Amino acid sequence: MKIHESQAKESLRKYGAPLLKGRVAYSVAEAVEVAREIGSKVCVVKAQIHAGGRGKGGGVKLARSHDEVRAHAEKILGMQLVTHQTGPEGKKVNQLLIEEGCDIDHEYYLAAVLDRDSGRVCVMGCYDGGMDIEEVAARTPGKIIKEFFDPADGLQGFQARRLALKIGIPARLVNKGASLIQAVARCFVEQDASLLEINPLVTTKDGNVLALDAKMTFDDNAIYRHVDVEAYRDLTEEVPAETEAKKYDLSYIKLDGNIGCMVNGAGLAMATMDIIKLHGGQPANFLDVGGGASKERVTAAFKIILTDPSVKAVLINIFGGIMKCDVIAEGVIAAAREIKLKIPVVARLEGTNVEKGRKLLDESGLGIQSAKDLTDAAKKVVAAAR
Amino acid sequence: MAIWVNKATRVICQGITGNHGAFHSARCIEYGTNFVGGVTPGKGGQVFDKDPAGNVIKRPDGTEARVPIFNTVAEAVDAVGVDASMIFVPPALAADAILEAADAGVRLVVTITEGIPVMDMVRVRKLLREKYPHVRLIGPNCPGIITPGECKIGIMPGHIHKPGSIGIVSRSGTLTYEAVHQVTALGLGQSTCVGIGGDPVNGTNFIDVLRAFNADPKTEGVIMIGEIGGSAEEEAARWISQNMHKPVAAFIAGRTAPPGKRMGHAGAIISGGKGTAAEKMKVLRDCGITVAESPADLAKAVTEAMKAAAAHK
Repeated sequence: MKIHESQAKESLRKYGAPLLKGRVAYSVAEAVEVAREIGSKVCVVKAQIHAGGRGKGGGVKLARSHDEVRAHAEKILGMQLVTHQTGPEGKKVNQLLIEEGCDIDHEYYLAAVLDRDSGRVCVMGCYDGGMDIEEVAARTPGKIIKEFFDPADGLQGFQARRLALKIGIPARLVNKGASLIQAVARCFVEQDASLLEINPLVTTKDGNVLALDAKMTFDDNAIYRHVDVEAYRDLTEEVPAETEAKKYDLSYIKLDGNIGCMVNGAGLAMATMDIIKLHGGQPANFLDVGGGASKERVTAAFKIILTDPSVKAVLINIFGGIMKCDVIAEGVIAAAREIKLKIPVVARLEGTNVEKGRKLLDESGLGIQSAKDLTDAAKKVVAAAR
Repeated sequence: MAIWVNKATRVICQGITGNHGAFHSARCIEYGTNFVGGVTPGKGGQVFDKDPAGNVIKRPDGTEARVPIFNTVAEAVDAVGVDASMIFVPPALAADAILEAADAGVRLVVTITEGIPVMDMVRVRKLLREKYPHVRLIGPNCPGIITPGECKIGIMPGHIHKPGSIGIVSRSGTLTYEAVHQVTALGLGQSTCVGIGGDPVNGTNFIDVLRAFNADPKTEGVIMIGEIGGSAEEEAARWISQNMHKPVAAFIAGRTAPPGKRMGHAGAIISGGKGTAAEKMKVLRDCGITVAESPADLAKAVTEAMKAAAAHK
């Protein structure tokens, strides 16, 4: 789960991370009010959307007066902000973060992530902040400095100081830098984050080390034990069909193609998308309908797939396993009747009673074609979508 | 022979009275697994003899199963002797259940549970490494392990398997069944199939399983099924090229997956441009491993790899 910059900063503040004064505003008047509260000469008006690259897209502006705060807020609130992470349609800005300005000396990069291979947390930093870290990693991997720690032990002070010095934070600021790095490490572990990124972390002319930006995502499996994090969920930022799918415990991700997919199991669902592509088609979604594939779940899955108007045909690929194919076929037929299915459907069922299942589908009179195997299914659905 | 589990393996289920635990314990017993007990705190002394639908559970020889339930894993170990535990405990309590099994001296812990917080698994993995290094954890978020005709620990459909010579290791559940089905259809059969699970931090990795297949006289070829996210496949590829003396065919799911999106499994995500299917397939091929382009060709790929290896000898 992703959250806004302002929310990530709220989390970080609890761990003593040094941050600039600021607050969220939902209207132009409120933006000016926050600027007054802050009382600093210079303010920054920052669009709050779940995507990076906001500055380049025109979503972050410096204001030297309250009038400028008003002017920027009027422009940014409600705009469709387009960045390299939003896609060409952009994302609507519903809230702003108004923050005091600061005199930046240098911008660094800092992030905490899980290192899957070692099963430890990795805190990484880089002298070059404020830019695309993936590019830095690809071009000059040696510039990225890493420290690892076990969550039970935490990041030690000497590790934080070593990292601060290695990325080039001046020695006179090393303790301030290290304390920010340790705050980030603790926040990451205790909040069950999957990513906590400070880009940039800055040193200022007046000798401070600050988290100027913050991006945080959470481990979905751990949200149940963080009531405060669940409250951060912003449904306007999520794809509506994906949110709807979660209600039915279905895992759905929208893609750009025109062949809807309904599969049991995540690995087989990905493989089904892959085989559609291999035979010249384009998958419209990833959808794991789960082990049961009951009538209720198949119905919900159909409804979600069909919310996407570009879907021209649907491929159902169910490896029956413990459920019998005729039972699954009955579920598919009942679901197709209930939603009055209009587009072609190809179904590939495998497992016990497979012949019976195929016969039921072929004789349903609903235009559902059965397929004899994966390849046959992919070919048929690609043809049907043309 | 096979790896890790066989007819003699004494199995219990932690969470045997839950809906999923009861359903799948019944299927394991029907398959012929040497099922010796179950654990549910507070229900010790009861007997597990019916599945959730109320049906009597019969072993393959037709006898009715009556499985004793214990309050703790340690009690089960003392009373009936336990080699392996299958865990169906809900996510919030699963880490504790794994550690309970390890502490009671169970050597093989198979965790089916999906949705365990990754920080819990990080903690569990560290404790297992430091305090219980002899314990093998399979999963979490996996279908389990099966040696066809001998022992099934997990949720896989037993009937699609057939005793044979192909070892299968996979991060995915149903995609493993796909591979099993294709291998069985070719008349080959499987030595052992291991689902290592779809989570970012797991107990057993590809290399652990490959090493065991390498040493198992019954395994003649291996199908390895990976997916996007992480770099376990790349590491396995490098290990294979240096150590494996049996043919391996691989498949990587998720060539069409977009970056930054979690594809169902917690671990199936391309992050920071890393963990793409293309990258994994390239490393596998560079290491001389046969890579199937299509998920429909998993069994075909391993037979080709085996033919090529035979011709080479």
